[in-house]
Amino acid sequence: MNSLLSVVIPYWGQSLLRVLGGLVAVLLPAGTIVYVFLFKMMSFMQSRLGPMEAGPQGSLQLFAEVGKWLQKEDIQPTNADKPVFKMAPIIVLMSTFLLVVVVPFGPDAWFTNLETGIFYALAVSSISVLGILMAGWSSANKYSLLGGLRAAGQLIAYELPMVLAVMGVVIQAGTMNLQQIVVAQNAGSMFGINTFGNPYVITQFVGFFVFMIAIQAELTQAPFDMPIAESELVSGYMTEYSGFRFLIFFIGEFATAGVFAMIASTLFLGGWGVPFSWFGWTSMDSVSNWMNIVGPLIVFTKMMVLTFLIMWVRFTYPRFREDQLQRFAWKVLIPVSLVNIMLTAVLKVMF
Amino acid sequence: MLIAQNIGFAIIAAIMIVGAIRVVTTSNVVHGALWLVVVLAGAAAQYVLLAAEFVAVTQVLVYIGAVMVLFLFGTMLTRSRIGRDSGLNNTYWKLGIPVALALFAAMAIALVDSFGSEKMPTDGAIVNTQQISDQIFGAYLLPFWALSFVLLAAVIGAIVLARKD
Repeated sequence: MNSLLSVVIPYWGQSLLRVLGGLVAVLLPAGTIVYVFLFKMMSFMQSRLGPMEAGPQGSLQLFAEVGKWLQKEDIQPTNADKPVFKMAPIIVLMSTFLLVVVVPFGPDAWFTNLETGIFYALAVSSISVLGILMAGWSSANKYSLLGGLRAAGQLIAYELPMVLAVMGVVIQAGTMNLQQIVVAQNAGSMFGINTFGNPYVITQFVGFFVFMIAIQAELTQAPFDMPIAESELVSGYMTEYSGFRFLIFFIGEFATAGVFAMIASTLFLGGWGVPFSWFGWTSMDSVSNWMNIVGPLIVFTKMMVLTFLIMWVRFTYPRFREDQLQRFAWKVLIPVSLVNIMLTAVLKVMF
Repeated sequence: MLIAQNIGFAIIAAIMIVGAIRVVTTSNVVHGALWLVVVLAGAAAQYVLLAAEFVAVTQVLVYIGAVMVLFLFGTMLTRSRIGRDSGLNNTYWKLGIPVALALFAAMAIALVDSFGSEKMPTDGAIVNTQQISDQIFGAYLLPFWALSFVLLAAVIGAIVLARKD
């Protein structure tokens, strides 16, 4: 980002830009997902209109909701562990902000270009479990505690298939750096044809499938929503939260969905890039500068497509039972992704 | 000179020391575990200051993401009372002080003796992940395998112990 649009920006300016960019990259997808999918798509799937009053087609409903939550009383249970109770939602949201910084949006439009990119993303995504456990325990409520424990068990179980699914991509690209994974997909070719590049969703379709299921579970979206199962646990670890603390959990949930979808699009769908052969680019250095503007839009589009899949599944399937969920992770997803890794490694050595 | 790094090191080290003391003095088991998270996160931050990116990320993934979550999971399942807990110290806690001091002295002597004269490169040269993997899967392949077998044995042992039938 230091030479964006060939203007030299001082260090404090870059830092400010990064903070603002991070806020936009987290809050804009979250708001869009909530309005387009949660308010509108779910309503149409259930043969109703959804919010229609605030603004054209109810498009300003989101601001009304935020305003409502901010006005609500900040209730804390008498027996709650106050400092931990207050810190929990912030840790959940912090993990989302830590996650977005490795997503590349263009040849120069990135927050940080870590060598261990995807490994870092997997590491910081697991911090949210801590926040959820803290929320569940500190609420002094049996339902909350059970929800927190369920969430921890589920998130640990589904982190493994997620890591293993990513491994196939890392082996094929030969790097953990997300920027280089993007370049490897767009500069590559399939069977000598380079019109479409080499998006890993085609060669790593097993990994893509496992990864999408694992994010569904990591986000605790239905059919994996046992931690907040409303018919069993009221609202799980979020039961005692109200007002802006609940709002933080809510934003965190959908912002994480957006960020995970961005990471999935970077890993499997070619990220910000277009196939380099279209414009005669050969490597990272020859990519035109305008990709810094178009790139974020491409990432955003792919993010919307993938979150559409996540939400579609969420609104369609009924909830798993707790034992079915654990069995599915340990006996189906992990063996499948292990076989995928072995096959990828063998094919990588052969070709 | 690495003035900014030294100031950063001092701040993080102070936070880690406070956290470590709170781990053993706090009167609530879950609070102790949460303070331990602070200490482990501080260690990860120190690795970043040492330009050891891969080690720092591994620290977060393994210790904060897995070990501490299991710690909290375990304590919350068994003794999850909110508020002050009595009788957390056993009668031999004073014995821990000389052991801790001896351990600190041994590690300090070993580290100063072997790396005391080495300095961080000031040009920001970073050991990259590829070099680490080349080392692990090249020169240190045999120890790596041995470690894997130890871990595998531990996992199988845990399952055997946990299964009652």
